[in-house]
Amino acid sequence: MNWSDFFAMNGYALYVWGSYGMALLALLIEIIVVRRKGIAVLRRLRIVRNTEDTVL
Amino acid sequence: MNLFKYSSPSSFYGVVGKMIPWLAWSAAILFVAGLYIGFFVAPSDTQQSEAYRIMFIHVPTSILSMFIYLVMAGYAAIGLIFNTRLSSMMASALAPTGALLTFISLWTGAFWGKPMWGTWWVWDARLTSELILMFLYFGFIALHSSIDDPRRADRASALLAIIGSVNVPIIYFSVQWWNTLHQGATVKLTGTSMHIAMQQGMYTMILAVWLYAITVSLMRVRNIILERECKAQWVSELPEIRR
Repeated sequence: MNWSDFFAMNGYALYVWGSYGMALLALLIEIIVVRRKGIAVLRRLRIVRNTEDTVL
Repeated sequence: MNLFKYSSPSSFYGVVGKMIPWLAWSAAILFVAGLYIGFFVAPSDTQQSEAYRIMFIHVPTSILSMFIYLVMAGYAAIGLIFNTRLSSMMASALAPTGALLTFISLWTGAFWGKPMWGTWWVWDARLTSELILMFLYFGFIALHSSIDDPRRADRASALLAIIGSVNVPIIYFSVQWWNTLHQGATVKLTGTSMHIAMQQGMYTMILAVWLYAITVSLMRVRNIILERECKAQWVSELPEIRR
């Protein structure tokens, strides 16, 4: 088996790679969104804490 | 040992933080193994040729989309009955992942339906009830975010999740109860006609998606804990916030 046969999926390339492509994209976006959200939450809490420190 | 020690958000936050890298790597390894078996070990199908390989992503995401809903409704119910805020936070953390897996299930189903049935979509009982599942997830998320007080939001959305869970057995048994274009279950308690390598690939991918869902939901629940407990002393004393 060679790679061009593999990617051709015997004529079903659009359907097979369309499925796996969207699944991969969706999962990657979810991971990125959750991680960025975590970084943003931590940053905000850090700012809140630092301003409290200076005020008090 | 106190079993309830980890039911407090502060200790849960720490323990989960240590578990996430292990879970993430396990999921990644299982994805690689499952895709390897699915694409290079499992043989071509006699009827569907290579198109059947969509199964290795379609079946796991479909199963998990239903399973996560039940887990989410279970956590929401525990939060409602015992007034435990961490349970409600878990329910909120599971909803987006459940919705996403439902979307992937529908998408891959369409991309499998087109070459095999000649149509991307048909309003049969299996497909329609799975679409309703996605709207139930959306409804849960939307209802929760529309109420300002988080504990009230937990209670209202818990009720929606519990009522909506009747849809899960409807999805599962739809292929038996109605005449559907969607096929019935291939893997049954009495056995299966599937090739052993196809089974191995499918079970590995189910485990991979399962571990992925656990990992990303736990990452999300940590964000939710920090947001909702931001006034708590333990949050301001976390090393990642002190620095």
